[in-house]
Amino acid sequence: MLVTITERDHLEEEGSVVTPEFEKAAERAESRRGFFLALPAYAYLIVFFALPLAIVFVYSFATRNRFGGTDLSGWNLEAYRKLGEPIVRNIILRSVWLALLNTAICLALGYPFAYYLATRRPLVRNVLIILVMIPFWANFLVRNYAWRVLLGKDGFVSNVFEFVGLGSREYLFTSTAVMIGLVYGFLPFMVLPLYASVERIDDSYLEASRDLYASGWQTFRKVLLPLSMPGVVAGSILVFVPSLGAYVTPEILGGAKTTLLGSYIVTQFLTARNWPVGASLSFVLMAVMGAALIVYFRKGGRNL
Amino acid sequence: MRGTLKGSKGTRAILSVNALLIFAFLYAPIILLVAFSFSDNRNVGQWGGFTFDWYREFGENDALQDALWVSVKVAVWSTLISVVLGTLSALALERFSFRGKKVFDGLLYLPIIIPDVTMAVMMLLFFSEGLEIINNFFGWQWTKGFQTITISHVAFNISFVSVVVRARLEGMDQIHEEAAMDLYASRWRTFRYVTLPQIAPGVAGGALLAITISLDDVVVTQFSAGPGSTTLPVYVFGLIRRGVTPLINATSVIMLAISIALILISLLLQQSGGFRLRGRRSEPEST
Amino acid sequence: MTAAVEITGITKRFDDVFAVDSMDLTIDDGEFFALLGPSGCGKTTTLRMIAGLEFPTMGSLKIFGDEVGTLPPNKRPVNTVFQNYALFPHMSVEQNIAFGLKMQKVPRRQIADRVAEAIKLVRLETLERRKPDQMSGGQQQRVALARALVNHPKVLLLDEPLGALDLKLRQEMQLELKHLQREVGITFVFVTHDQEEALTMSDRIGVMNHGELLQVGTPEEIYEHPVNRFVADFIGQTNLLAGTVESSDTLCLANGVRIHADSDLEVGSRAAFCLRPERASVHPQGTVDGGRESLDGRLSEVTYLGNSIIYTVALDWMSLEVRTENHPGEERPQVGDEITVSWRSGAGSVVAE
Repeated sequence: MLVTITERDHLEEEGSVVTPEFEKAAERAESRRGFFLALPAYAYLIVFFALPLAIVFVYSFATRNRFGGTDLSGWNLEAYRKLGEPIVRNIILRSVWLALLNTAICLALGYPFAYYLATRRPLVRNVLIILVMIPFWANFLVRNYAWRVLLGKDGFVSNVFEFVGLGSREYLFTSTAVMIGLVYGFLPFMVLPLYASVERIDDSYLEASRDLYASGWQTFRKVLLPLSMPGVVAGSILVFVPSLGAYVTPEILGGAKTTLLGSYIVTQFLTARNWPVGASLSFVLMAVMGAALIVYFRKGGRNL
Repeated sequence: MRGTLKGSKGTRAILSVNALLIFAFLYAPIILLVAFSFSDNRNVGQWGGFTFDWYREFGENDALQDALWVSVKVAVWSTLISVVLGTLSALALERFSFRGKKVFDGLLYLPIIIPDVTMAVMMLLFFSEGLEIINNFFGWQWTKGFQTITISHVAFNISFVSVVVRARLEGMDQIHEEAAMDLYASRWRTFRYVTLPQIAPGVAGGALLAITISLDDVVVTQFSAGPGSTTLPVYVFGLIRRGVTPLINATSVIMLAISIALILISLLLQQSGGFRLRGRRSEPEST
Repeated sequence: MTAAVEITGITKRFDDVFAVDSMDLTIDDGEFFALLGPSGCGKTTTLRMIAGLEFPTMGSLKIFGDEVGTLPPNKRPVNTVFQNYALFPHMSVEQNIAFGLKMQKVPRRQIADRVAEAIKLVRLETLERRKPDQMSGGQQQRVALARALVNHPKVLLLDEPLGALDLKLRQEMQLELKHLQREVGITFVFVTHDQEEALTMSDRIGVMNHGELLQVGTPEEIYEHPVNRFVADFIGQTNLLAGTVESSDTLCLANGVRIHADSDLEVGSRAAFCLRPERASVHPQGTVDGGRESLDGRLSEVTYLGNSIIYTVALDWMSLEVRTENHPGEERPQVGDEITVSWRSGAGSVVAE
């Protein structure tokens, strides 16, 4: 750690004998310097992040008055209690179910894919990874919109089905459509951690397993899968947690029958005008995600 | 993994087919979208001859052009601010220790993990409560629009820039900074001539990331925007809900092109960027 | 004449560890001084404190009479050659060397001249435009030297400068550094854990262990008269025979044998007799001249080293090593023979335990 003194710190420009007080003063000066460097970002985040978050927290205890405005006096837990009501409960359950299903599908499709990538030659591997990342980085809205176009009435998928003789069908505005959109959006989140994990495994373990009479499937179950578990866990959390709060995908591909958590929160603010409930729900969603991530990091998960 | 262990023919076939299907799955929607944006047919799923009409319509549509312009302005401004703040905080966290450092560290991670719906709600409440206060305090006349959108974007982009620059700083040996000080450089000049050039690729990477995220954002922007101005993704989002049209197709493809251009730039930067930090050949020595 | 570096009562504490414990040291102008010791002994910390990269917890540090203890490194008239050279990877050789001058706001034309001068000094002509990662370790080291010397520092500090080089190059560079120092005339202070290197290059050596400065002296002084067991053991090879001081000229060894050995140590204190292998010789038993001290034993091992032969002699309670030049044709004792080890009185020294 470098320590620098300047005149501003009221110490002599000329040198002097060092005393323990000097060392401490130097450390304090260094510490101050660090603090001031961090201050702009710190202050910004306090005002424009921590404060808004606190406001949400406060609002979740407020009451909705008759006109759809919010009454900040009279704190209560009404907004939280409302979360237990059937409508809300159904929405929450449906969102959790869809998020779980999404994770399962991404895992089922993504694991073989990641394994395939990891077993290519290094040059090929790098090119393929870049090819996976390109759609991943492309504009999120557009990627959902593309499915909207494909799945609509007289859309491409419908035309293909008609051509093949399966009759034109409307896939839009169903849970299936949302599911497709979610898998499309989150598959790379599963593939990349899985790939990183599988790629690191030494072939010798698999070869040893085969040498000891295990079949391919047994090798997978008893050697490959356990060794790649960190990747499986990381990928699952990276897919499950954000899918819970998905908003854009259900909005574009889903319908009134498939209201999910994200949309429901938004309607509380825009149409139903029940800000306290919207606030409480947002806060609960964040708490759940936060808890899942803490578990992930505690289990030694690496930096995202 | 060397991949030398080959499974049975059947397994290999399944894996290859699976990979092929997934690549098709990932790219088909995008390719089809681009293809049909040139189709001269009001009906978006059907081909009707090649045309640039929809793109021309995009160029002539005032609302879309305005929204595009706002998107670019917001991206540029929010990136500039968040790169400065993000780099400063990366420096503070990697090179110093101070009171409240852990709290700051934690605070910086929150915007990355927070669900965007929650963040959108946060900013909505903040602006509805706070905008008046800010206006009264500073004597401004802000309405929900460009300024508020930018403020929200900076709020999450600081963290992303910080993470990228921190990774770069962590990999950097502090010995160079010590050498600079040994050679009479002041703190500022050490930073300017030695630290900064070495973290420049990280800062550039952070900036690209910030621009991409800013251009992409829908939910938070929607809640921070106002009747006055809105960004392209949010405007298009609204249009989509009213129905699908070829104009939206063309607009989407343009947004797609912009993202892909950014990806390619960042890939190029990664290839050419960065001198080896500990370059030393291990060839036989010659004095 | 003012000392180049004067260290008085310098202590460096990290939490409860004393990296350097109340050190007093004077380094003279124009000296090639080595700080020698095992890893963790505090030598690098001391060097960094002279450079200003660490501040002492307390004490006084003077450079040519000026108190510099509280000054930051960029305000001290010393420069450092770092262990792995720390060349700026994004700058060329020229730019690296010019850096210190640029920071001191030397006029541009002067910079160009001085940089050219430095490049000539370390023989790096034609490599000015190269970047560090395009150069060999030996070349990088010269750049590091030039980068420091171009600033005409009052003292040059070198942190294990030859550690990263292979053996042959290291030996070449040892001589080169010595010549360079004579040519430039500046005080060099360098840190190393390699005692042979210290013996080869330095005018004086300071031996350190566990944060303490144990002995300061010329290579000859340290080798011939080590002040304690650690120094005796650390420098070169030696036999150490434990015993007790019986009088100012007698040492009573562990097996009861008395040998003639001068010492200033307190009577009754534990000490060891330091006998270098090349100071002793072996003879068949019963053939030792008078005037020599001797011990009897049995030859347990003969090791042929080409230019010399090492005889390992087993005494009752320990083994001794004796090194003799190899004279082909001379008759050599065999393993198992009864042998006497002898040495001239005064050929060894007594060291404190």
